[in-house]
Amino acid sequence: MGSNPPVDDWATDYDIFDASYVKDPVPVWNELRDKCPIAHTERWGGSWLPTKYEDLQAFVRMVPALSSKNVLVVSQKREEMEFDPVLAEYGNSAPPITSDPPEHVPMRRMLLPLFSPKATEAHRSFTENLCHQLIDGFIDKGACDGALDYAVHIPAKTIAHVIGVDEDRSDEFVGWIRGLLEEGNTDLEKRNKYNRILRRFFGELVDARKLAPRDDLISHLLAQEINGQPVARKAVVGMCNLLLVAGIDTTWSSIGSALWHFAQHPEHRRRLANEPELFPSAIEEMLRVYAPVTMARLVTEEVQVGDVTFQPGDKVLMNFPAANHDPDAFEDADKVILDREKNRHIAFGIGPHRCAGSNLARMEMDVALRVWFERIPEFELSDPDAVTWAGGQVRGPRHLPFRF
Amino acid sequence: MRVKVNADKCEGHNRCCALAPEVFDVDDYGTATALNDGVVPPELEEKAKLAVQNCPEYAIEFVKD
Repeated sequence: MGSNPPVDDWATDYDIFDASYVKDPVPVWNELRDKCPIAHTERWGGSWLPTKYEDLQAFVRMVPALSSKNVLVVSQKREEMEFDPVLAEYGNSAPPITSDPPEHVPMRRMLLPLFSPKATEAHRSFTENLCHQLIDGFIDKGACDGALDYAVHIPAKTIAHVIGVDEDRSDEFVGWIRGLLEEGNTDLEKRNKYNRILRRFFGELVDARKLAPRDDLISHLLAQEINGQPVARKAVVGMCNLLLVAGIDTTWSSIGSALWHFAQHPEHRRRLANEPELFPSAIEEMLRVYAPVTMARLVTEEVQVGDVTFQPGDKVLMNFPAANHDPDAFEDADKVILDREKNRHIAFGIGPHRCAGSNLARMEMDVALRVWFERIPEFELSDPDAVTWAGGQVRGPRHLPFRF
Repeated sequence: MRVKVNADKCEGHNRCCALAPEVFDVDDYGTATALNDGVVPPELEEKAKLAVQNCPEYAIEFVKD
């Protein structure tokens, strides 16, 4: 990663893994929005980077011209992929996130009821107990790593609980997901290794549930039908894979970014502590300002947006985080306003691929921040230089040294 | 005052129901509908306005009677 040459011109040669960009991408987005507003690079396989809210609103609706078959911000070309017996056995898609019409809607409708507001509320007490236990573990020390001792465990254990896999293995799951989405971003051998581990894990589990169903999510998915046919085994493996992969790094990043923000802004921290009725709008504002996720689309037919003509084979990054800072869509876009009234942010994406887990993520953020503020209302960074960030597909803090 | 949800635009973000549960409901798939035929009593107008202003799909609109 560090070996890549520095960027001179962000409009024509951007690098989503540039260390300063990962740490704070907002100045680059603001520059590009005025200058391009859709940037291009040949780095990392080549891609386009839109920065305007309006353009993102348009891109997500260009289906199937912009395909979801490959949503990774860095990917191998199909012809470069070697035959892999594990992927041949268990599949390599992650429906519905990697689905296009017509299979997208039925796949998505299998998952949505499992993540409805009502369904996710049923997991609230689990997450609440978890947050208290985590804080019990470090509160007497007066210090912790907010990313590694707190934020990461909340989505990892909650999603394991929701899927019905062993919560005690959550550290292992986190390792797989980081291997796939963080190190694997720039090291494709590593990505393939962790992809195989995940596929085999869920493949074996799905086969076991097929033989002996239980009262759990995997057995529930296996019992579903699409057009009168049982849903394919590989599709269920892919869905489970998606739930774990999409359910950890993302919410970990959102909880971590919010804590990072409040650690450095005593005026916001105290306002939230004194006015707990602001939690809902404050969480939406954290989601807007620190939106963690960038997805990709693969162009399958020529389309035009603004001055740019996109050709089949091009990759377009769904830069939802930059759209959330567009001054044409948000008043005082770069300012954090905890009681912002008008907030049509798109942190969870928009259009037919809106994050299926958004209700769960919001519940986890709500619980994580409320419990934290109840137990540790006053806290700060003990060593700001020791904070580290992951970027690319999912951006968020990975070390947060706090004292309180 | 009345509100209308455009079901073709709604993608199930659940923002309207979270902000104005007296005015909107969502089904298991997240698709929102306006309760009470969309009629918003004066005391809920502020909440309904918030719901409109926070829908990222621009799926809710006010309609004139």
